[in-house]
Amino acid sequence: MTNTLHRYGNAESFLDDYVVFASPSRGKNDVGSVPKLKKFLEMALPFKPVNIGDPPHGGALRPSRNETIASHWHRDVQPHLQAVIEGINEPASVAAVFDNLEAAENFLKTVKEADLGLCVNISASIEGAKKCCKFAGIAPHSIGYSLGFEGRTEKLPNTQILALTTMCGHGMISSSLGKKMIDWVKEGRRTPEEAVTYMARFCSCGIFNPSRAKRILKDARKKME
Amino acid sequence: MKINPDKCVACGNCIYVCPVGAIYVDPAIKRATVDRNECVECYACYNGLSSERLNPVLVRTIRKLFQMVRLRFDPEPDICPTSAFEPEDLQWPRVVRRAFSDPRATHESTGVQGRGTEEVKTNDVTQRVKSGEVGFTIEFGRPGVGVWFRDIQRMTQALAKANVPFEKKNPLTLLMSDVSTGALREDILDEKILSAIVEIKVPVSRTEEIVQLVHEVEKDIDSVVALGLGTRCDESGEEHVVAPILERLGYRLVRAKTNTGLGRVTNPEEQPAQTETAVL
Repeated sequence: MTNTLHRYGNAESFLDDYVVFASPSRGKNDVGSVPKLKKFLEMALPFKPVNIGDPPHGGALRPSRNETIASHWHRDVQPHLQAVIEGINEPASVAAVFDNLEAAENFLKTVKEADLGLCVNISASIEGAKKCCKFAGIAPHSIGYSLGFEGRTEKLPNTQILALTTMCGHGMISSSLGKKMIDWVKEGRRTPEEAVTYMARFCSCGIFNPSRAKRILKDARKKME
Repeated sequence: MKINPDKCVACGNCIYVCPVGAIYVDPAIKRATVDRNECVECYACYNGLSSERLNPVLVRTIRKLFQMVRLRFDPEPDICPTSAFEPEDLQWPRVVRRAFSDPRATHESTGVQGRGTEEVKTNDVTQRVKSGEVGFTIEFGRPGVGVWFRDIQRMTQALAKANVPFEKKNPLTLLMSDVSTGALREDILDEKILSAIVEIKVPVSRTEEIVQLVHEVEKDIDSVVALGLGTRCDESGEEHVVAPILERLGYRLVRAKTNTGLGRVTNPEEQPAQTETAVL
């Protein structure tokens, strides 16, 4: 999937968005990869990722099948990072999301030193990824450019909603929910912190960036683009 | 996907979480209902909404009382209070909707191995895209627009006419009835999905031609297209071949996925792959 590639925004908008992910490739390095994938995410924790995820099971904030009426007043909004790591049980891409360059740079350097043998990619602004690789002493092997959205773009929502919803590249965060959350924050019905937890639960890969989403919601409170 | 009318209390939460806007409250029955034609079986409602198991009769009564005095309960927006969503046992061809729309779906019934392949994210071990080549990912439908297979076929047929080879392991290629013409199976053409990716690989010299071709064909497609181009970096990790072509075509390159080259082939030769890998 091109799940992390087509996030909407300009270069400045990606200053707080760095997705570093490890992928086992079928028939190449997937055998025995589960402990390595766990180690990859464990190595991310000291650098304080804002989200981590394992696509078959979800991100650090997940929906619950057993909520009670009390949830409407006292909801568990804490990301469960360790639970994500413990839940990895099959070869699949896993991701760690950071909201600052320094953390992404240091994590990538740590990953390089660990030499796990997994395929490791960084999805970010082109400049941001270059800085991370340079810091870690890495000469990138390949690059996949996003050329953005084309075609019937009149069917797309406004740019603030797009910036929010494209952080789940599988499209599980709907534009209607994005708009509703912007409206609720503008109305003062929810804080940006609360609004991002609702959206994060829909992203089944855990690549949604709650930190960037909070910033976008705060900006949207002032103006609609 | 179905909503059980005996359980639904028409709270409206699910209307907002449907990526393609296929859920509405039917005024005739006063229950949330799924428009089966528009639903892409992505399961965002079922997988993404948290659930409570409140008594539907009690909730409806409370809601009516609140309405009478013009009060409105302000519930959490990502909860189905009565667990009203019920997945269906999807049959062919409708099951392809889920295969291409639900990121957690397994694909045994379709024979499709995932929605996409590994593009350049595992290129350091697969060497799929070599120096002097460009891998295109032409994605339809995302975010939140959806696309009909009939529309995708317009692109695959145009690419086939231009003698562009399709990625063999890509799920769309597997659903072609004739790879040489780009024709998809007739029985899936009227199915709508959240997204699909056509993957091709061409020499760098054909980059501009393919970009222009995609531009032309997408004018006749009733959806959005997200274009991605993957290529090899040089020995110093720089890429100075494809980027200038794209910039000359008017693209402002902002975001990319960078393969760090840290991958190694570690599988023992005689050992087959463990399972299908889910990819980001």
